[in-house]
Amino acid sequence: MNRKGAIEIAVGIFVMLGLASLFVLALKMSNFGVLAGNNGYTLTARFEDIGGLKVQSPVNAGGVRIGRVTRIRYDQESYQAEVTLFINDQYNRFPLDSSAGIFTSGLLGEQYVGLEPGAEEDFLKEGDTITLTQSAFVMERVLGQLLYSKAAE
Amino acid sequence: MLRQQVQGLGRWFINTVQRLGRGNLFFLRVIRGFPALIFRQPGLLISQLHIVGVLSLLIIVVSSVNVGMVLGLQMYNTLVDFGAESSLGPAVGLSLVRELGPVMAALLFAGRAGSALTAEIGLMKATEQLDGMEMMAVDPVRRIVAPRLLAGIISLPLLAAIFSAVGIFGAYFVGVGMLGGDAGAFWSQMQAKIDWHDDIINGIIKSVVFGIVVTWIAVFEGYDAVPTAEGVSRATTRAVVNGSLAILALDFLLTAIMFNG
Amino acid sequence: MTSLTTQQGEKDRLVEIRKLVFGYAERKIFSGFDIDIRRGQVTAIMGPSGTGKTTLLRMIGGQLAPQSGQVIVDGLDVVKLSRKELYKLRRRIGMLFQNGALFTGLNVYDNVAFPLREHTQLPETMIRDIVLIKLEAVGLRGGHALMPNELSGGMARRVALARAIALDPMVIMYDEPFTGLDPITVGVVMQLIRKLNDALGLTSIIISHDVQEICAISDYLYLLSNGRVVGQGTPAEMQANESPAVYQFMHGQPDGPVPFHYPAPALVDDLLPKPTVAKC
Repeated sequence: MNRKGAIEIAVGIFVMLGLASLFVLALKMSNFGVLAGNNGYTLTARFEDIGGLKVQSPVNAGGVRIGRVTRIRYDQESYQAEVTLFINDQYNRFPLDSSAGIFTSGLLGEQYVGLEPGAEEDFLKEGDTITLTQSAFVMERVLGQLLYSKAAE
Repeated sequence: MLRQQVQGLGRWFINTVQRLGRGNLFFLRVIRGFPALIFRQPGLLISQLHIVGVLSLLIIVVSSVNVGMVLGLQMYNTLVDFGAESSLGPAVGLSLVRELGPVMAALLFAGRAGSALTAEIGLMKATEQLDGMEMMAVDPVRRIVAPRLLAGIISLPLLAAIFSAVGIFGAYFVGVGMLGGDAGAFWSQMQAKIDWHDDIINGIIKSVVFGIVVTWIAVFEGYDAVPTAEGVSRATTRAVVNGSLAILALDFLLTAIMFNG
Repeated sequence: MTSLTTQQGEKDRLVEIRKLVFGYAERKIFSGFDIDIRRGQVTAIMGPSGTGKTTLLRMIGGQLAPQSGQVIVDGLDVVKLSRKELYKLRRRIGMLFQNGALFTGLNVYDNVAFPLREHTQLPETMIRDIVLIKLEAVGLRGGHALMPNELSGGMARRVALARAIALDPMVIMYDEPFTGLDPITVGVVMQLIRKLNDALGLTSIIISHDVQEICAISDYLYLLSNGRVVGQGTPAEMQANESPAVYQFMHGQPDGPVPFHYPAPALVDDLLPKPTVAKC
């Protein structure tokens, strides 16, 4: 009986350790804590060029992660890339004239969507479109423009 | 001469297909014992969780600390050249959660618990314990095999989660504690990069699949062993080799399905 | 469930084996024989090694099915039983395997308690009483806490015997119960088999090739050889049987109908040098 009790305790500890590890992985080491559950709203933004942005890329505001990119498609009507952003529910006070830009974290880091709050009194809500956008910084294009303007001089 | 080779190939193929068939039927037979096991004899499951899970804990923790520390050291030294040492967290975290955690834990599990299961069941067969049970009107598949298979399926995902978590702390210890990386960047970058659904849930799915396959191979090899000392030792070797190969093959397959979507 | 032909004395036959055929393409193990086992008796089935004696026990227990023929145990055709019915029948059959086949992970007490816990809903106190009584019957009540690896061969077999009688079966089958035991233990096991049979009103089937021991404790003997019954009778009848096959076995003659030599070409042919043939 005593041995059986010891085994049960050991198994109990084992299961607890395993579940605790899962918990730590989910909460401390992944975006689960940041994006608790799937509660949030989606916005769309159109860009001339999205550079290396991918589905699952982060959406940041002021450097804090507030959501992620859920869909990217090319819109043939406007010849622009249409990016769907999923923003966590707790960040629901972005003014209507907020702008979105695609930036790179560090020199070699991945690309993310940065939200820049505007000044309107109404807030963005589910399904809205962000009209003010700034495309990704694409090295080749910038260099090309630079050379072109130099040549024109 | 050539005829013999062709015949040999044919025989090998037929035997392999037959074994696969027997293995599948066996798996179904075992699974049918699960409900009765859970509701009527949970004590059997608990004692197997102890043998299969708890006793594998030590080797899992020791290996994962090592793997984590080596990852931390190597990646830090490489990343620091590009000034990208803040990416240490995501680099270590992703490799552990997606690949190394499930795969390494499963390989260690095949060596530690899988071989023990095969040897135990094979020995029970060789010493007529399984026959004896059968003659006592107790189905050995339900009484002996079912708790072991279920314990393996439950244990491996837990062990893999422990492997990943402990490994990440091992990398943190080296990369941040010893080499002086930034603690905040380590965690925040990791949080930004590891997606709980795409990375962690998929990692868990992987380890559940590995748990089923490794334990299944182990118990089947034991149950199907030639009931002699030599037969059992061969079966044990086969269980570890086939189990490990199955893990690697499945890992490739699952990774291709999960992370390329 | 097939109705049996009513014959005189049918009631006192517990096991009836009819025209049993079993074997592989190249080697027939059983080529059609009949065996009757009477209630309350100790019946021995003897035969040289490799005649399929253990196979026969497995067929009585329903672990193997014959290619043709009937195995009837207590009026039930074992071959035709469903799995559930077979398991029900097996609860009334005790079997002692060659080396006891004790569960190595359980101690003596739990080994004996195993069938009780699996098949009855008895409270633990009652199981304890039954286990101790059964262990007392084989003289090992004092060793109930030992593990199987701490037991000698004879003790292991006695524990296995206690386990086999735990559910009070109607028949016990012994597979080579004397193999590998010292003379004293052989005596102990012999005495146990006979005593348990008579005291509990059991029927016993013993598979063995130990002629002396078998003659001392059985009521009836069968001798199997080459897939058929070559002799049967009481021990005294068998000892006096003059047919060559029975005589050779009962008196341990090295050569006879069972040849000393494995089939081979004549020795001279093997020894003479042959021209070597190049292999392809």
